[in-house]
Amino acid sequence: MFVLRYLARRIVNYAILLFIAVSLGYLVASAALDPRNAFDWTNPNLNKAAVNASLTQYNINPDTSIWLRYGRWLRMVFLHWNWGWTPRGEAINSLIATRIGVSVRLVTIGTILSLVGGVAVGAWSAVRQYHWSDRIVSFICMLLISTPTMVLAVVMQLGATRFNQATGTQFFQFIGETGQHPSYFGAGLIDRLQHLLLPTISLAALSMATYSRYQRNLMLDTLGADYVRTARAKGLRKSRAIRHHALRNAIIPMATYFAFGVAQVFVGATITEQVYGWNGMGLYSVTSIQQQDINGTVAVVAFSGVCVLAGALLSDILIAAIDPRVRAR
Amino acid sequence: MTEPNFSAAGATNRPEGSTSTAPATGPQLDPDLDPAEAEAPASGKRLSRNRLIWRRFWRSTGGKIGVIGLALVLLLAIVGPSLARWDYWVVDDNAFLSPPSADHWFGTNQGGFDIFAMTVEGLRKSMVIGFMVAAIVEILAALIGASAAYFGKRVGAILQWITDLLLVIPSFLIIAIISQHTAGSRNSTWMLIILLSAFSWMISARVIRAMTLSLVSLDYVTAAKFMSVPSFVVIVKHVIPNVASYLIIDFTLGVVSAILGETTLSFFGFGVQKPETSLGTLLGDGMGSATTSPWVFLFPAGVLVILLLCVNFMGDALRDAIDPSSKSGGAA
Repeated sequence: MFVLRYLARRIVNYAILLFIAVSLGYLVASAALDPRNAFDWTNPNLNKAAVNASLTQYNINPDTSIWLRYGRWLRMVFLHWNWGWTPRGEAINSLIATRIGVSVRLVTIGTILSLVGGVAVGAWSAVRQYHWSDRIVSFICMLLISTPTMVLAVVMQLGATRFNQATGTQFFQFIGETGQHPSYFGAGLIDRLQHLLLPTISLAALSMATYSRYQRNLMLDTLGADYVRTARAKGLRKSRAIRHHALRNAIIPMATYFAFGVAQVFVGATITEQVYGWNGMGLYSVTSIQQQDINGTVAVVAFSGVCVLAGALLSDILIAAIDPRVRAR
Repeated sequence: MTEPNFSAAGATNRPEGSTSTAPATGPQLDPDLDPAEAEAPASGKRLSRNRLIWRRFWRSTGGKIGVIGLALVLLLAIVGPSLARWDYWVVDDNAFLSPPSADHWFGTNQGGFDIFAMTVEGLRKSMVIGFMVAAIVEILAALIGASAAYFGKRVGAILQWITDLLLVIPSFLIIAIISQHTAGSRNSTWMLIILLSAFSWMISARVIRAMTLSLVSLDYVTAAKFMSVPSFVVIVKHVIPNVASYLIIDFTLGVVSAILGETTLSFFGFGVQKPETSLGTLLGDGMGSATTSPWVFLFPAGVLVILLLCVNFMGDALRDAIDPSSKSGGAA
């Protein structure tokens, strides 16, 4: 009961924070972006009156007072759950829904891979601290952490192009989600996997390296703990003592990092989407600003705010799920 | 007598050989000990904290790689422009998109600009942005975090709330929107430094608040308060020096994340704007032609990776050296 009340209070607090953050986002976007720039204003054939009228209809005409627009926008979102239109008249709701679908297909495998791989590599190298294998793995992790995603993505693209040219095949696919493929059973799936390969590596490498550094540090602390020595002293095998006593305790703080990491991966995959031509949420966050699309930008702001807060809640829930001591309280 | 030397800042006004300032204990001391204590590092008895940290830092391979590498990168940024045969704004009409040669060490791009000169200029800009933002962020975080702890309830709650709010706002998008608006103005770099700083201090401030919460009720802070020392002076002189080591470590992390933020924003054309150039804009421009003429992309990318790698190595070694519970161990 107490837990529920605590959770409810946090959710209310988060909702208020989110509302203020999105409102600020709306005001900043409305003040800074000018949807009229989305049209070629020097084109003599452009019907300026019609453009102005449609902008007014979409509630993004800069001539209207910003507070009036804000009031209308609030009513639209809260009464009809309608996030408005782009300057060209597409509905934001359906646009965002498509993009979220693309993002989910792009990041799911990469996220799972980075978490599992990061924990495994970190724990493995912690057990071998100062062994040559630990040093090599640590160096590779540092190198990956220091390589910005765009560098990694483009370098992999370069390598893949060379590989394809050298072997005369099309093994590596690096543009878009799907391509042409033969029609035998399962060809569609293989095609999708081929398109996923490089973006997934580019997404997973950096976060996997980061997770493994955290995990290694946490693991070093628990490996030296008294309860691990006790477990060994009472006769547990080393592997079991490490897995059930050291690793289990070292994973608990990872839940927080992981929850926030998952929350940010949707909008954070921007560079990967740009390089590999996936039209997901990340790329939309950039193109909406470039195309002076106020409503779209605000929707992305709201979405990423929800993601951060979902991450905060998720970390609470994950910790309760992993750590029996939290549940007992 | 072997009084522990707590923090560097706390020990500034205390002479190293503190025996001479304590005449009351004079007679008990063996006079032969005094010269030995003056040259303490040799005997290993009285190593000052700074020297201890430096020794532990320099012992690690990462620390050495980081310091030497960063020094080389800094050297490139400082003397690069006088080494280069071309200025970064000069077009070579005889060489468009030409591969690396004796004339153009890193080749040229579509516009006929020399990649070496542009890389050096971009490196300078990215380094200025990275180090400036990290410095501003640490100052902001220290002041705000320590104030939240020092002033307690009301002010603390308000500052906490603002911190949480800024964490929820997607900073990348807000910076992109604002810098899109200010595009074309001549000082896009300064704008970017201010924006990046304004959105990066929150997590550090939370950590510093948690670290200083137990300090603000200590006797020497209360004493300073009762001697009507102004709050700002108490915070700066008595509270913040205690978290100096955290600030130093966090500074290196801040440099990395500021450079990453700058390159990402500039990559999409939001950060540093056209007449000026940075590593991010170079990567953004080079991406399109990377498959056909890789030198346009690979040279700036390589410099960026080396810069980040060195700072990361330094940060890692620094954390091991400063953190007393670290496993780097061994005799100091």
